[in-house]
This record gives sequence, C-alpha cells and structure tokens, in this order.
Amino acid sequence: MKNEFKIIANLLPSQSRVLDVGCGDGTLIEALIKEKSIDARGIELEEDKVKECISKGLSVIEGDAETELGQFPDKAFDFVILSQTLQAFYQPENVLGQLLRIGSRVIISIPNFGYWQIRASLLFFGKMPITKSLPYTWYNTPNLHMCSIKDFYQFCEKKKIKIDKVVGVNGEKISSIYRVNLEIKNLLSEVGIFVIS
Amino acid sequence: MNYKIENIKKIIVPNPLKLDCGQTIKDFPIAYETYGELNKKKNNAILIFHALTGDQFVASDNPITNKGGWWTTAVGPGKAIDTDKYFIVCANVLGGCMGSFGPKDISAKNNQPYGLKFPVITIKDMVRAQESILEHLKISKLLSVLGGSMGGMQVLQFCALYPDKTFSAIPIASTASHNAQQIALNELARQAIMSDPLWNKGNYYQDKKVPKNGLAVARMAAHITYMSDKGLQEKFGRKLQEKKDYEFTFDADFQIESYLRHQGKVFVERFDANSYLYISRAMDYFDLSKQFKNGLSEAFQNHSTKFLIISFSSDWLYPTKNSKEIVIALNASGANVAFAEIKTDKGHDSFLVEEPEFLKTIKGFLDSNFEIFKNEK
Repeated sequence: MKNEFKIIANLLPSQSRVLDVGCGDGTLIEALIKEKSIDARGIELEEDKVKECISKGLSVIEGDAETELGQFPDKAFDFVILSQTLQAFYQPENVLGQLLRIGSRVIISIPNFGYWQIRASLLFFGKMPITKSLPYTWYNTPNLHMCSIKDFYQFCEKKKIKIDKVVGVNGEKISSIYRVNLEIKNLLSEVGIFVIS
Repeated sequence: MNYKIENIKKIIVPNPLKLDCGQTIKDFPIAYETYGELNKKKNNAILIFHALTGDQFVASDNPITNKGGWWTTAVGPGKAIDTDKYFIVCANVLGGCMGSFGPKDISAKNNQPYGLKFPVITIKDMVRAQESILEHLKISKLLSVLGGSMGGMQVLQFCALYPDKTFSAIPIASTASHNAQQIALNELARQAIMSDPLWNKGNYYQDKKVPKNGLAVARMAAHITYMSDKGLQEKFGRKLQEKKDYEFTFDADFQIESYLRHQGKVFVERFDANSYLYISRAMDYFDLSKQFKNGLSEAFQNHSTKFLIISFSSDWLYPTKNSKEIVIALNASGANVAFAEIKTDKGHDSFLVEEPEFLKTIKGFLDSNFEIFKNEK
C-alpha cells in the first residue's frame, strides 16, 4: 500500500463510516475494513475496477462522483476520502461542496503543483512538468485544475472551510503543515493531505 | 400442453396467506427444486427467484420440456453459483404453472380449474408464499437471494419483508417499480392472449384447446424486448431463412421471423396462458416504494444486508436507469451496496446467457461474502 494510503488510514478512527471517492481497485478500503473494522464504501468510475472491488466483496458502486454524490444523505459518512482526484473534475468546487455535505470530515489529497521539481521543470526547461505523482503529458492528462498546497490552503480559508490538519508528503517523509511553514512545505512536498470540515 | 407434473417436489403451505387483493388462500402447493447440499451450519443456502416465464428447474432438466435448466450458464458444479459449495433453492412462483398454486389448478369448490377465478396475485404474495420453503427447509438465514428481471423484483421485496433472513442480495437487470413502457409491453402480451378466441375468458382447460396462437404472439413480442438492437442485427441481420430470395408471401422469409415463430411455438408447449396473465399483472402492480410512507429508501432502512445491483448496458427493457434508482434508494438509506453495469450487446437476456464478466462478478461477490458470513456466525 502506498505511503499516502498509510497516512490516510492512520487519520481514521476504527469503526468509523468512510466513503472512498474514486476508490480504484479498492486497496485502501480493503485495508480499512480488515485492519480497522471501518465500514468503508467506495464509488469508482471505471467498470473494470468496480468489478474487481465487487469480487473482493467490497461495497463499491460504479458511478461518476462529479454528478452522482447527490444520492448520499447529509453527513452519511464520518469521513469522505478523495485521493488525488480533485484536479480531474470539471467542477472541483461543486464536488468539494458535495464531499463536505455527505461527510462530517473530508480527507483530500492533492498532487502539489508547487513542488520544487515541478517549478524547476517549467522554469529551467520551459516544459509542462512530468513527475512521479504527475506522470502525464500535457495532451493526455486527465488533470484539468491543478493547484498547489498553498492554493488549496488559501482556497479553504477563503471559502471558510475549516482546516483540521495538513500533512505534506515527500517520498517516505511526512511532515505537518501550518500557516507558518506553508511556503517551504509548498516547495518541498510532492503531495498534500488535508483534513477539512 | 402436457400437465403431467406429479413428480414435482412440492410442499403444501399450511398457514393461511392473506393476499394483497384481500382474499386468503391456505393449504396450497408451492413447488421447488434444490441443488447441492445444505451444510451443517446451514449457512450456504442461496434462494434464487425466477423470472416471468421461468420455473424452479434452474440447473436440471425440466420434466415437461426435457430440456436443461434455464440458468445452467450460472448454476452448477464449479459454475459461478457453485452447487459443490452452495445449497441452491428455487421455487415456482405463486400463479405459475410448474406445480405451484396457479390458475390451472382445480378448485375444490366446483371441481373446475380456477381460470380467471384465481385471485390476482402480487410480487409480495409470491415472496411470502416462497418464504414457507425456508421454514420447511429450516433455514433461518440465507447467504444470498438473487434473481434477474421479475426475479430481481422478488429479491427486493424479500429484503424489504425479511431484512434478517438474508446476508446478501443480488437483484439483476430489474426495477423497484414497473414503468409505463414495461406495463405497456405486458399489456400487449396479455391482449395477444385474450384476443385468441380459444382463450375463452380463461376457460380453455377442459377440452385442451388452449390459446396457443395468442400465447405464441405474446412470447414473440416479449422475446424482442429481451434482446438488443445490436444483438439482433449481429445474429440475424437481413439473412433469409433457407432461401435465396424473397418469396413474395407472408411466410417466414427472414431468419428473425423464423426464429421468433420457433420461440413462440416451443413456449406454448410449456407455459399456461392464464399464468402469463397473472404473473405479468403481478409485475405491473409491483411498486416497492408504494409499500412505504417515505418512499423506496424506507424499504431498506437499518438493513445490514449487502446488496449487489447489476444492470446490462444494452438492456432497454430494464435499463441501467432502473437499477440506479435502486442504488440511490439504498444509498439514501445508508444500506451496504455495490453496483456494476456490465457492458454487453446481449440485452436484457444477458443474465441468462454466457456473459463472462457478469458471471465473474457474481462469483466473486458470493464467494467473498460467504467467507464473511461463515465467520460471522
């Protein structure tokens, strides 16, 4: 399981109710159920991945989070997880609104466009960056709305979304992010994980 | 039609059953079949509900047609629903014609077949009648209930009525409520039957002149709805039936015509026209949300049942939209639900034919849930 999932798993109390939006092949929810007795569900767009999840006995529905989160009642889950997907939605702000509506808390991870390697790629080579967490070329990327940790931090402040915790991830290294170290962490973190409510 | 069905397994349901129409029936037969063996802990039982024209012979030869069971693609030793592992139960629905209480049965009142004097039944009545089988087999909680089309309606109804009697549920290519188009297609079939002069207001059993033509047309019309446009085109296209050119008559020039005529012909050998009327009516009356004050989601409130909803991309009779309505209601009630739409050209009939992605999904779901259910007990 990738480091990011381990960090997310550690943020979740056992026996909580969790929805993993864009759960992929169900690696995270399977671990949450087995290791922490979490009541974890998923929603996934790709049919093959959905079938893989179902075959593992996971409660995953095939659907588009962009349009289909409306079916869940308010605060249906203790936590809603969105792992590195926000940037791929047409209307990320609307999706975020839905996530905050259906979950008491939202754990959201973003590939950080403020990471130094990305800045360097554009600055020194004048080309769209390609990194481990952003492996796509400009013409086939599903990512429509890239942002940096700082962007998202300020977005939350502007929209009066409460930031409970921010974690910066760089390979195996993790560190807490606060307003005071935001600039430097925005430069050094490949991925940012936010807990918001 | 041959009514020799003495060797069919059945129970006589002793408890009176008050039907939705208001009448009460008692001491009536429900015919059933089982496959595989019930284990000691009785936690490997699966109840299958059949569709409109199905019967209890899921995976064994039908004694009337001598043809194989209707779901041998999915059910059998080593199959997706593995009879080496699971104990499968399937009963003929109330109103049916394969041994369960239906309109061709003789009424004790006048020694005549019921015909249209048979009470109008509903999906709920069918499910309540079949629940007696579980009592008879002393199964307190099933591993799963599953079924396609009308079978899926029974699955939903079963879960709404008996939330604690099954660990999981799989409604396939189904709906929680018949819509106008679905009712319209059933009405077309019923009118085909009732406009056959031999139907004779349902009294045709005595002199064995059954309304074959009407029933065959009903079947032909229904059969078209079970396939997709693309599936039909690929299988038949404009191919001619054993001839080089048009014959300029109304005989079956095209293969599709010949195919439909054949489907109609073999169907009337095994199915009772009045049963078709009654069962299709039950489907039309089905609207699960109507049974609950706060709509469909209330039907599944506080249920721990694990649902798997499956639809097929080319099914236009019970399209994905219908399945999604079920998923939405389940999610709204906080139920445990998985959902997948299988991409296929095989239309509504996809669940009955060899469709590997579908079968693999069912198998994975059942096997993984069996592991959880086993450890839960």
